Amino acid sequence: MADDFTAKLDSYLDGELRADEIKAVGLHVRSCPACSADILSRVQLKRAVQIAGKRYAPSAEFRARVRRKIAARPRFSPVRVWLTAASTIAVLLVAGLLANYVGNQRLERRHAFSEIADLHVATLASPNPVDVVSTDRHTVKPWFQGKIPFTFNLPELSNSEFTLLGGRVVYLEQTPGAQLIYQVRKHEISVFIFQDGAVNPALREASGPLRHVSFNLQSWSDKGLRYFVIGDASGDDIRNLADLLKNAAKS
Amino acid sequence: MEVPEERLTSATFEELAMPLFDQLYNFAHWLTQNRSEAEDLVQETYVKALKGFSSFQPGTNFRAWIYRILRNTFLTSRTGLKATATVPLDVDDAPEVPAGPDTPETIFIERSQQQLLQGAIEDLPLHFREVLLLCEVEEMSYQEIGEALAIPIGTVMSRLSRARKALRENLRQKLEGG
Ligand SMILES: [Zn+2]
Repeated sequence: MADDFTAKLDSYLDGELRADEIKAVGLHVRSCPACSADILSRVQLKRAVQIAGKRYAPSAEFRARVRRKIAARPRFSPVRVWLTAASTIAVLLVAGLLANYVGNQRLERRHAFSEIADLHVATLASPNPVDVVSTDRHTVKPWFQGKIPFTFNLPELSNSEFTLLGGRVVYLEQTPGAQLIYQVRKHEISVFIFQDGAVNPALREASGPLRHVSFNLQSWSDKGLRYFVIGDASGDDIRNLADLLKNAAKS
Repeated sequence: MEVPEERLTSATFEELAMPLFDQLYNFAHWLTQNRSEAEDLVQETYVKALKGFSSFQPGTNFRAWIYRILRNTFLTSRTGLKATATVPLDVDDAPEVPAGPDTPETIFIERSQQQLLQGAIEDLPLHFREVLLLCEVEEMSYQEIGEALAIPIGTVMSRLSRARKALRENLRQKLEGG
C-alpha cells in the first residue's frame, strides 16, 4: 500500500532528505510493513544497478592515447627541430616540404574552425555562459564598450524567431572579441565577432556556409570585422541569423 | 570535487580529468552502446574540456562540468540525435507507487541475472538511462546530476522516479517473456 512516505523512499535511499525528514522516514519504515518491504526492494534494485552499471572498461592503449593527447605540448615543435637537424640535406627535401606546406594549410583551417566550435561548446557547458545577461541589444552592445577594441551593431529581433540571451568577452589566440548567444527553437547559437586582421589567416579565407562535424557555421568579413555564426540549429536558422547581422551592420 | 582557485594551473587539467577516465568511458559506452563510438566520444570530450578549461569556474564542480561536455558532445553526434528522437516528456504524472515486495528485482542479487538487468537498462530511453546511471553508478547528488544534465533538481527527481519505474517494468516484461 502506498502511503505518505512512499514518495520519499527514493530520496531517503539517495541520501537527499533533510535530517528531520530522514528521522521521520526511518521511524515510519520500522513500524510500517508495507514501507519496509518496499524499501528493501528499492535497495536491492539500487545495489543491482550499481553493480550491473559498472560494465565497460577502457583499454590501456586507449587511456594512453588520450593521456598523450592532453599532455602539455613540447616546447619546440617536432617540425622545427627536424628542420634544423636536416638543414645540411635540405636541398633534397625541398620538394617534399612544399607539398607538405600546402597540405598543412588546409589542416590548419580545419583546426582553426574547430577552435570556434570548441569556444561555442565550452560556453554552453559553462555554468555561467554569459557575462551580460539581457535580451535587449541596447543593453548588450554598450556593455562591450571599453572591453573590446571595436564596436558593432546588433539586429532588431522583434519580428524574428531569435532571442538574444546575452554576451561575453571571448579570446581567440589572445585576441579579444565579442560572443553573443542567441536562441532559436531551443537551440543556442553563438555569434563571434573579431577584428579581421587579428584572426588566424586560415580563418580569413573562408566565407559562406561551412560544415563542421556537429555544427552549422557561417563566416564572413565586413568593414574590418570577422563574423562567425555557429550552432546545432538548422543551416537555415544559422543563415537567417547571419542575414540579420549583415543587415544590422549596414545601418 | 571542488577546486580551490590557486590550484588551477595548466597541470591541473590532467590531474582533475584523468581520475575520471574509467567512469567517463563507462558512461560513454552506455550512451553509445558501441566501443569505438565510446572511444571517439571520450577522446573528443577530453580535447574539448582541455581547450575550454579556461572557462571552467574554479570552485565549481569539475566532474559535473566534464560530464556535461561529454553529454553535449554525444547529443550532437549521429547516435545521440537518433537517441533523442523519442524524448519522454517531463510531466509529473502518476503518483508514486510502491516498488512492491515481490517485484522481480529481488532476484537480481544473483549474478546470473546481471545480463538481464543490463539489457533492461540498455532498453531504457536515453533520458532515463543517463539519469539512472549518474545516480546509481556515479553516485552523484541530485544537484550534481542537475548540473551535468542541465536540468533543475525537480526534473532530476521526477525523471529518476520515472526511470526506476520504467526499469522495473522492463524487468518484469523480460522475466515474463522468458
Ligand atoms: Zn508506510
